[in-house]
Amino acid sequence: MAVTMSGKPVPVPTPETQPFWDGCAAGELRIQRCADCATAFFYPRPVCPACGSVNVEWFTASGQARLYSYVINHRPAPGFEDEGPYAIAVVQLAEGPRMMTNLTGVANTPEALVLDMPLRVTFERRGEVYLPVFTPAPAPASRGAGP
Amino acid sequence: MSRGPGVIIAGAAETDQVGKLPGHSTLALHVEAAVNAVRDAGLSLRDIDGIATVSAPGPVQVAHALGIVPRWIDGTGVGGTSFLLHVRHAAAAIQAGYAQTVLVTHGESGRSRVGAAPFRIPPSSPTGQFEAPYGTFGPTTTFTITALRYMKDFGLTHEQLAYVAVAQRRWAAKNPRAAYRDPITVEDVLTSRLIAYPFHLLECCLVTDGGGALVVTSADRAGDFPKPAVFVLGTGESAEAPMISQLADFTESQAFRLAGQAAFAEAGIGVRDVGHLMIYDAFAHVPIYGLEALGFVGKGEAGAFIADGNTEPGGRLPLNTNGGGLSYTHTGMYGMFAITEAARQVRGEAAAQVEAPDISVVLGNGGTFSTAGALVLGRQPR
Repeated sequence: MAVTMSGKPVPVPTPETQPFWDGCAAGELRIQRCADCATAFFYPRPVCPACGSVNVEWFTASGQARLYSYVINHRPAPGFEDEGPYAIAVVQLAEGPRMMTNLTGVANTPEALVLDMPLRVTFERRGEVYLPVFTPAPAPASRGAGP
Repeated sequence: MSRGPGVIIAGAAETDQVGKLPGHSTLALHVEAAVNAVRDAGLSLRDIDGIATVSAPGPVQVAHALGIVPRWIDGTGVGGTSFLLHVRHAAAAIQAGYAQTVLVTHGESGRSRVGAAPFRIPPSSPTGQFEAPYGTFGPTTTFTITALRYMKDFGLTHEQLAYVAVAQRRWAAKNPRAAYRDPITVEDVLTSRLIAYPFHLLECCLVTDGGGALVVTSADRAGDFPKPAVFVLGTGESAEAPMISQLADFTESQAFRLAGQAAFAEAGIGVRDVGHLMIYDAFAHVPIYGLEALGFVGKGEAGAFIADGNTEPGGRLPLNTNGGGLSYTHTGMYGMFAITEAARQVRGEAAAQVEAPDISVVLGNGGTFSTAGALVLGRQPR
């Protein structure tokens, strides 16, 4: 059963997503881009959604993102009963793709969570994998720049 | 349907009751709705030669339970809009000669969960890897997640979002079958329990048991049935992202827009021709996205348009006249109930009947803005 002791769901990698989860375990946010049209994309898949090329490659993203949208959930999912109301967020990576995540190191309240606020990735252990989650960060000097 | 006579909805009916029906299994809801729709068309189950529904129980089980031997089968299961797609696919099949009389059924024990499939997200699926670990818990935590972005970018207020529920309750008050009929105010909505900020309980759909069914056949036979034919003038379908996090733009639905454009183009109509409108309303923001995607208002204008009273009783664009998923019923895959209400309005037999709509448009959602279907229905052939 793919849940932790607390009952939180644990992702089960597939061959095409394994490099992403390996990256998370190494503390890196590894995503894909097209070697032909240079489009970065997420979730992992063996074809470029922009141009259809199968010539895709992995790279390590900056880990910088902005808060795109969220809800604050008051009906906890199984395993999340002890969290209090928690934010389920979608962030936009500096490289372009978006991903769902949780927000840590910040109160999960409408007052504290301001859309477009700068964030950076951090990793949280969940069973045998590490999940990318995001935390507030100083605004980057420029799009895609390193920390 | 650019060639041939087109198709009609000859029978449209729901289960005897909708709401809390612990005495009905999922399959029994399909069966009751099917029997009612076939009777509504003045036909016998032996006249049906095509079947369309979603799994579970799926078209094989439903056909077998009803004693139907299909020569055409559609099991398209893309969420709550599936039944709109079934009508579209049936139109193509009937015109191709693959079937003559198609039965489309919906039954869902959404509340009581009698004979219903369990909810399960495989942990190796894309959703299981990239959304479920973050504590999603059904559509209240995912379908809703676009709204704050829309509110920030276009200035939609919490009060305007709440007013969607207020306007629809005014329609439900006229519908004896509606689950909730008592008037509500914006304050009532905003003081109801928070479900997933910014959504309160009254901005989320009901969870009910019920079913509905349609009989679709060639427009050549329009005069052969006891009730006025509902002409299917245009249809559309599209899909966008299987996961809400991957929707291209959180302030609009591409699938809504493309499905609507296809249906309007096929019917040869514009928004001015539409006298009645049904937009899937699992949550209060969905009709806002739908009004904009169909072009009834410009981007960012739908919240004010609804709050100004345009879509409620007495307004110029009657919207969700059964009370919608917010106040009438929502079994989980609501699209069938949007079609049955549109058919009642076109026939002139709705509980909250609007003035003679020559054209009714139905926009359905599947998943979390994942799929869309659109139907243009009319009182007259093209």
